[in-house]
Amino acid sequence: MMFLQQTLVALLKGLPLTINLALLSLLGGGVLALLLNLLRMTRVGSFFCRFYVWLFRGTPLLIQIFMVYYGLGSLPAVRESLFWPLLRDPYWCGLLALILNDAAYTSEILRGGLRAVSQQSLEAAKVSGMSSYKIFTRITLPIAIRQALPAYSNEIISMIKATSLVSTISLMEMTGIADSIVSSTFRALEVFLSAAVIYLILTMLVSKGVSMLERRLSPYYFGARS
Amino acid sequence: MLMNIDWQILGFGDEGWGGVLLNAAAVTVSVSLCAWLLGAMLGSVLCWMQIAGSRWQQRLAAGYITLFRGVPELLVIYLFYFGGRQVVSTVGTALGFQGPFDVNGFVAGAIAIGLISGAYQSGVFRGAFYAIPGGTLEAATVTGMGRLMMFRRIIVPQALRTALPGMGNQWQSVIKESALVSVTGLVETMNQVSTAANSTQMSFFFYSVGAVIYLIITTCSDMVFRYVEKFAMRGQQRVKG
Repeated sequence: MMFLQQTLVALLKGLPLTINLALLSLLGGGVLALLLNLLRMTRVGSFFCRFYVWLFRGTPLLIQIFMVYYGLGSLPAVRESLFWPLLRDPYWCGLLALILNDAAYTSEILRGGLRAVSQQSLEAAKVSGMSSYKIFTRITLPIAIRQALPAYSNEIISMIKATSLVSTISLMEMTGIADSIVSSTFRALEVFLSAAVIYLILTMLVSKGVSMLERRLSPYYFGARS
Repeated sequence: MLMNIDWQILGFGDEGWGGVLLNAAAVTVSVSLCAWLLGAMLGSVLCWMQIAGSRWQQRLAAGYITLFRGVPELLVIYLFYFGGRQVVSTVGTALGFQGPFDVNGFVAGAIAIGLISGAYQSGVFRGAFYAIPGGTLEAATVTGMGRLMMFRRIIVPQALRTALPGMGNQWQSVIKESALVSVTGLVETMNQVSTAANSTQMSFFFYSVGAVIYLIITTCSDMVFRYVEKFAMRGQQRVKG
């Protein structure tokens, strides 16, 4: 019992880093995904987008993390560049890989949402004299985000789970801490199960939270009728 | 930069990494295949429990799905590999066997990923089951088909068609998750590429090669799934217009 308590306390010290990585990668990935979807409007941009999504969805996240951390660092050009102090640090490398990976998945989710914005609502916005920027921020984006929310909830959860992979490049988030406790105590079952419970609680809270948000953002919540 | 690479390093001779990399790619595909098939079997059982089971079976299936969707894949693999070793050695010592005890990385990895994939595939199958027109099930009952025959002749052929795209997505995820099995020391693509990168000091090059191997596997299997989907939909094309 003592051991379990100590393990849980030690693991919870990794929780801030896990949440930090998940939040920042979702934020960065979301911005990048929006940019990718804006790029889709041009012909070259749409080709680039498809290539980007194919590349990052077709390879495992683990190889992307190793590529950024070990692969880029082995190039002399990178070592001499301005970014070397950042790319030498496992935290920034892990975060960069997570952001790039998340952007590929999120851009596809957002694309599905953008496609659901009806032509009529855009026409109505235009007729009432909105500028194209205002239409995008006031009409297109809110409708698309609401539409994409259920799929995005899965993406949030999979990003929380994905942060565990940065433990392979020596970052001490929850899985990294669990791994180090196991290698000194050899009690794999207890330690990994405790970590699993913490992750499970975290992901369940997120999915509950998003489904509450979904309900709040549903049109019938405001008394609207379709 | 790519120009001054000696491509002989990917050759199949004693000096080249081509042979071992090809071997490792085959291990990736086989561990993924085992995991995917296990996931499909488990997914069908879970789906059946949720659709036709008692209240307890439904709760059990729902709990299983929440559990395996909410825990990181890497942690599940660690749990099965290191935890499995702990269990095996405790049981082995209790039975009076001499150590050291070990768990096969291939088996532990395939089971771990299969269990995760089962949780996701059950959702795919459930959606496919509900897409079956109810009339066909009624007709089958009326003509006096037994449950097993109805499952084989009516449910599976119709549900499989709807389930194919989802199963294809799951296969892609399983391939990518199989890279995590490298932590058990199983020599699959990710593990072999890391070894090559470390021993040649050409990290960028070898991780790129690894990425290309995965891209080839995922792109080819995507093409296969598309072909099978088209084949499965051959009767429906005219209706869709």
